[in-house]
Amino acid sequence: MKIIRFFKTVLMIDFIGGLFIAIKEIFKSKKTINYPFEKGKISPRYRGEHALRRYPNGEERCIACKLCEAVCPAQAITIESAEREDGSRKTTRYDIDMMKCIYCGLCEESCPVDAIVQGPNFEFSTETREELYYTKEKLLDNGDRWENVLAANIRSDNPYR
Amino acid sequence: MESINIIFQEVYKILFLLVPVLVSVAMIVWLDRRVWAFVQKRQGPNVVGPFGLLQSLADALKYIFKEIIIPASSNKIIFILAPIITMTLALIAWAVIPFSENQVLSNINVGILYIFAVSSLGVYGIIMGGWASNSKYPFLGAIRSAAQMVSYEVSIGIIIINVLLCVGSLNLSDIVLAQQNMWFIIPLFPMFVIFFISALAETNRPPFDLPEAEAELVAGYQTEYSGMMYAMFWLGEYANILLMCALGSILFLGGWLSPIDLYPFNLIPGAIWLILKILLLFILFALVKAIVPRYRYDQLMRLGWKIFLPLSLTYVVLTASYLFYFNLLPVN
Repeated sequence: MKIIRFFKTVLMIDFIGGLFIAIKEIFKSKKTINYPFEKGKISPRYRGEHALRRYPNGEERCIACKLCEAVCPAQAITIESAEREDGSRKTTRYDIDMMKCIYCGLCEESCPVDAIVQGPNFEFSTETREELYYTKEKLLDNGDRWENVLAANIRSDNPYR
Repeated sequence: MESINIIFQEVYKILFLLVPVLVSVAMIVWLDRRVWAFVQKRQGPNVVGPFGLLQSLADALKYIFKEIIIPASSNKIIFILAPIITMTLALIAWAVIPFSENQVLSNINVGILYIFAVSSLGVYGIIMGGWASNSKYPFLGAIRSAAQMVSYEVSIGIIIINVLLCVGSLNLSDIVLAQQNMWFIIPLFPMFVIFFISALAETNRPPFDLPEAEAELVAGYQTEYSGMMYAMFWLGEYANILLMCALGSILFLGGWLSPIDLYPFNLIPGAIWLILKILLLFILFALVKAIVPRYRYDQLMRLGWKIFLPLSLTYVVLTASYLFYFNLLPVN
């Protein structure tokens, strides 16, 4: 055994083998993607940036039940509500502190009307901390912007719930 | 007027060598990263410029605009001097590298000795940088690298003696011309392997990158450096690697000579052959970086002193006795 090992060391058999493996690997397809230009596939259940959705007629879905606020383990959600002129209960304030949020998805799970959802967007970095204190306007705007994708995601995930 | 003309001519010649060397250093960094990435099935830098070729340029630009931080407790003069010395020494060695029969900046008779002396001095830049930083990681890194470079310098010196025995001249052009019939890689193949490994150690490349072993020494002697000073260390390092590749191709791979002395091949200018050989060796350098894990310090020392030194010494004796016995000693 020792003699074999000696010759292996002197002739650098393992090194040359490694070299050939390395050269072979060079010509194989790459496992990484050119990120900003091409993006990886994202599951419909992906928990990214939050959004508040609306009904097709433009009415906010959120009924201010505060289940999400209660369930939020990081206590990132703050809700205040008031009765509107037509007698329905709506939020006057819906804030998410995106830096407290741990993206667990419990708010989405707890919502009885699919109002608060986490969309597929993960590129919402900002230059200041303040920009990450999301307000109701910002969340509704997100919802309007991503509605097509959000609805499709919820639909495709529906059979498994 | 006459003397001014001569000075300008010389400066022009120097620039004609230095600018391509610096540009190729930048390109070679890109190549290094790219090969490394490809072996690991990554893309590597491919955004800046075509195929990411300008990545090094962008990096250099970033380094220029970064703040240079000089530690309060450092020895400021030596701290600033260290990267300058490293880069200067890495670049002045190129003066004697012959790119073809008459394309050489200074065709001195002791060219190989000059390169050897200059690359030995290179360790001073690292020691000074490590010592002047006045901090523990750079200091330990500098000690390591000094020991490492000195150890492997010895075996490189003896390997060069092997080549010189076959040539009978210290002039680099003569060394290349002596290989017209047969490249020295064929009779001296074991020496070429040892030279290659010693060159890896000499230039602090993986698997011998102990001076800057991230895992234990942060960044070794470069820890306290930032901005352009760090970039100069980095430039010097890669210029040294290129120099070692050039030295390897001149000593063993026939320098500017074409591999086959036939019609279509000997039309290609010698400089291109030399560049191709340097590139080949450098790609090997880059591949080794990707496949070999870092050596332990005692293994490194054992390899240098207990294996390479006796091996190359034995080979000197063998070469000398072979040449002497068959009366092949070169006569000048």
